[in-house]
Amino acid sequence: MKEIVAFSLLNGAVYGLLLFMLSSGLTLIFSLMGVLNFAHASVFMLGAYFSWQISRWVGFWPALVVAPLLCAMVGAAIERFGLRRVHRQGHVAEILFTFGLAYVIGELVIMAWGRNPIENHVPAVIDFAAFRVFGTSYPFYKVLMMGISVAMFAFLYVAFKRTRLGLIIQAALTHPQMVGALGHDVPRLFVLVFAIGSALAGLAGVIGGFALLTEPNMAANLGPIVFVVVVVGGLGSIPGAFVASMLIGLLQTFAVAIDYSWLDLFRALGWKVAPGSMLREVWSVKLSQAAPILPYVLLVLMLIVRPRGFMGTRET
Amino acid sequence: MRVWLHRIGTGGLAVALLAFAGLAGAQFKMAYIDPLSGGAASAGVNSQKHVVFFADRINAAGGLNGEKIEILSYDNKVSPQESLIALKKAIDEGARIIVQGNGSSVALAITDAVLKHNERNPGKEVLFFNYAAIDPALTNDKCNFWHFRFDADVDMKMAAFGDAMVNDKSIRKVYLINQDYSFGKAVAAAAHKMLAQKRPDVQIVGEELHPLQKVQDFSPYVAKIKASGADTVITGNWSNDMLLLVKAGKDADLKVKWFTYYGGGLGSVPAIGRDGVGTLKQVTEHHKNVLPTLLPEEEAFHKRYTDKSDELYYWRIRNMFAMLDAAAKKAKSNDPIKLARALEGLQLDTPLGPMQMRADNHQLLQPLFVSTLSDKARFDVEHTGLGFVTDEKIDAAKTALPTTCKMQRPS
Amino acid sequence: MRASSRIWLAAAVMLALLPWVPGLQSDSARSLLTQMGIASVFALSYNLLLGQTGLLSFGHALYFGLGGYASIHFLRAINAGLPIPTPFVPLAGAAAGLAFGVVFGALTTRRGGTVFALISLGLGEWVYASTLMLPSFSGGESGITASRTKAPHWLGLDFGSQLQVYYVTAFWLLASAVLLHAFMRTPVGRLANAVRDNAERVEFIGYNPQRVRFIVFSVSAAFAGLAGGLHAINYEIVAAEALSATRSGAVLLMVYIGGVHHFVGAILGAIAITWLQVSLSDYTTAWLLYLGLLFMGIVAFVPGGLAGLAMMHLAALRTHALPAIARSYLVALPFALVASIGAVTLIEIAYRRATQPEAGTLMKLFWIPMDTAKPWPWIGAALLAAAGAFALYRAWPRVASAWAEAGEEMHARA
Repeated sequence: MKEIVAFSLLNGAVYGLLLFMLSSGLTLIFSLMGVLNFAHASVFMLGAYFSWQISRWVGFWPALVVAPLLCAMVGAAIERFGLRRVHRQGHVAEILFTFGLAYVIGELVIMAWGRNPIENHVPAVIDFAAFRVFGTSYPFYKVLMMGISVAMFAFLYVAFKRTRLGLIIQAALTHPQMVGALGHDVPRLFVLVFAIGSALAGLAGVIGGFALLTEPNMAANLGPIVFVVVVVGGLGSIPGAFVASMLIGLLQTFAVAIDYSWLDLFRALGWKVAPGSMLREVWSVKLSQAAPILPYVLLVLMLIVRPRGFMGTRET
Repeated sequence: MRVWLHRIGTGGLAVALLAFAGLAGAQFKMAYIDPLSGGAASAGVNSQKHVVFFADRINAAGGLNGEKIEILSYDNKVSPQESLIALKKAIDEGARIIVQGNGSSVALAITDAVLKHNERNPGKEVLFFNYAAIDPALTNDKCNFWHFRFDADVDMKMAAFGDAMVNDKSIRKVYLINQDYSFGKAVAAAAHKMLAQKRPDVQIVGEELHPLQKVQDFSPYVAKIKASGADTVITGNWSNDMLLLVKAGKDADLKVKWFTYYGGGLGSVPAIGRDGVGTLKQVTEHHKNVLPTLLPEEEAFHKRYTDKSDELYYWRIRNMFAMLDAAAKKAKSNDPIKLARALEGLQLDTPLGPMQMRADNHQLLQPLFVSTLSDKARFDVEHTGLGFVTDEKIDAAKTALPTTCKMQRPS
Repeated sequence: MRASSRIWLAAAVMLALLPWVPGLQSDSARSLLTQMGIASVFALSYNLLLGQTGLLSFGHALYFGLGGYASIHFLRAINAGLPIPTPFVPLAGAAAGLAFGVVFGALTTRRGGTVFALISLGLGEWVYASTLMLPSFSGGESGITASRTKAPHWLGLDFGSQLQVYYVTAFWLLASAVLLHAFMRTPVGRLANAVRDNAERVEFIGYNPQRVRFIVFSVSAAFAGLAGGLHAINYEIVAAEALSATRSGAVLLMVYIGGVHHFVGAILGAIAITWLQVSLSDYTTAWLLYLGLLFMGIVAFVPGGLAGLAMMHLAALRTHALPAIARSYLVALPFALVASIGAVTLIEIAYRRATQPEAGTLMKLFWIPMDTAKPWPWIGAALLAAAGAFALYRAWPRVASAWAEAGEEMHARA
């Protein structure tokens, strides 16, 4: 029992921090520009592929630095040459543009690296055990993931609270039109934020690439969950995104460990459900089977009850 | 005189040309419907190579009753819907045999659709050759005359595991983890039955059904396996689900015996590495070290496909084409109904032992091998330095199990 | 006869004659026509949401899929003895779509815009994942099958052949189009347009935008369910991916590429995308890339979609700027062609190298054999693409000024 709790806590924290790495960038972009960037998870995927390719040519540590930079450039290009044309058509058009972009990036990845998952193994330099818990070793690369995530959070926090640029961006997160009226170059700001957001996604991709499977479907697998995090955490709030990612990471991981269903609960309460009834199947679904849908349940409930999210500063 | 020579010459040339055209034009089309993209693509692309390879070998020897086999490939993304669309296209393009294997969910849809098509279109029948979908229902309750299976079903393979487990006293606690669909559930049910029969002393300490091809990170499941104290895991997971599971197991230092259906599939051995030596087991109709030397088909396959991950994994596809070839010779015709009748009861010798196609439920009986990963094998898998070594061989005839199949035969 | 009735009659006649056109008489061609018909009904229902009411939904396939499941279960009941002929099965789908539309709509239509889009996404994923957990309803991974011929014969037909299935689909397509077109003329339909354009003003004139959205949503879900029913009849199987995010994405692509501002745009888009999915995939494995690029191009440059493009050209036919436009096309189109050939070649050889290495390096594109292992196809294609694109860039101002002329004229006339 203790082992399950300990491991679920660790694994859930790692997964949650991965989600945070991915969603911090999207929160920035969404909050500042109102653009629901469907291509964000695709940039994450690009980060994983770039890092693998660069590792093969040069090594892992350079890849850790260069891949996010490449992703930043990709993000800046998307905003400068793509989205800028579409801004004046409204939010729907922006969403649709990034939607199509997600398809296109996915296909470009296939064109470059093929349809099969690539052997993105943990690089030998970080492939060892970090510590032992209850007789099982915990791999170092997962500890590295957690470290990078927390460092990212700290960096974002300090950058926004202490630097001038950070203050401008903070203001623009809640009052974008006013910031423009005050004379700041808002379009340039947009490009910068897109670049930063994409760099964060790329960094997440470098680590996530070997924790998960690096394949062209990566973006589609993780994409919807990232939206859930951004919405549940709330617009304009990085701490909100952190809370939401940890919540969802832990929730999903713990849920997998729980083999009980509504039926077990009913039985404990002494209620009977007739065998063979249609709803019995609904009640007999175990929480571990239902784990993948919990984030979406949270999303729908949050949007109905409190569209602002946990710590959001404004609605869309 | 000259006129006659002229006429004979022209006539002869015409006949020769016609014959040549006849030979070149006549094609026996087979449709390959399996995932060529998405999560199971590695398995689908790999088996496609096998299908093309063995079809080419038959063509090189003259084809089927003079007709060259042409393979039409369709990507079904393991979706029953896409498969039926592909089936329609394939039939429209003239395919006479449908080949599929990855996913019993798809196979159930195809066998149903083929039955409907054949009933509604007499004279345009097609056959369904199933090389890997091993849900037992396909040769029992859902059997039909047009479907032929070339892989041992779930129960047959579990019985083979039973033979291997019977004397292994180190197995005391078993954990079952499978994919949540008809095949995975069949594996779990078969495991229960087999253990109750052959090893009633063994305790099943946990059971898990996870979503098919959707789980990215198996570490929570591995944590549960560890917590249960199991020393053995039985799983039918395939493709990404298999290699991610063993990868997570390796990350968490999980020390169990893995009894798997597809542990030797593409990517799994590299994923588990040395941790699998002595612990990763599989039940298959072939592995590289079954005989002291490589078979000529294996050598030829490796010559043609030189990628690191290219292995002759689907020996049953070789068996499938061997049976097709023999049936075509026996029936002296490529008509699907005649081929099907020729296949029923057909016996053939192979380098691994004799095999036979059952007439009652169209299940192929071929020798089965339970093997374990070893670092002392002569031939390794995917350039890892590790290969499989036989624990048990079960003869074809002994793999047969009772059937509930009652199929309607065309008159 | 009124003009609109004449159009409907013409459409009915065309639908009836379509499967007899030479070249469309094979089973696979009629199957393609049927698929286009089903997609058209689905796209029309989605256009009601997106084009007419401004509601962007990423989970519309939910109602299509649930309607499909309801229909296939209904068909199974018919197989077991229920005395209803097969053509009436889509009604079960419509009823299920309506029921679920009402239930989910009540929860989700309180707001529009991005919030609505996100809820639809979340709800779609939620229900999709849940269906796999309820095998008796959804058949799990295998789906649910039924037979469309084990039913009472109607008008002497057993509905086994593709031709008969096509006519059933064509009938329901026509009925749906007539009904939806009429619906847009009702007060609720007009209000939907108003809500799309300015929801706040609708409140000022005394109507509740949320109520309007709810009604439109339910109607749209009903027709999506109808399309699901047609799908169930055509394939005789419904599996979980009938309500997947991929299908929701596909209908969004259809409606947007076809043109959101026009009723006929949905049908145009459905036809185009179905053809691309079914036929283009036979020629090239890169078809999804072309589709994505087409979509992005339309969003960025031609927001009116294919229908909008067609309408624009039809209007320009009557202006004096027509010769100028034609001349500018004469200059620009060849460059566009050259650029496209270069780009397509580059894409195709890259795909061949990355995804089909065992097919070898020799291939034939545009009737020219080439070896992807050598550098010259790559360089040649890149040069063609670059040169064509540059020339197009230089020739574009001509096109733009010709259209500006035409625009002035149309504006002055209007």
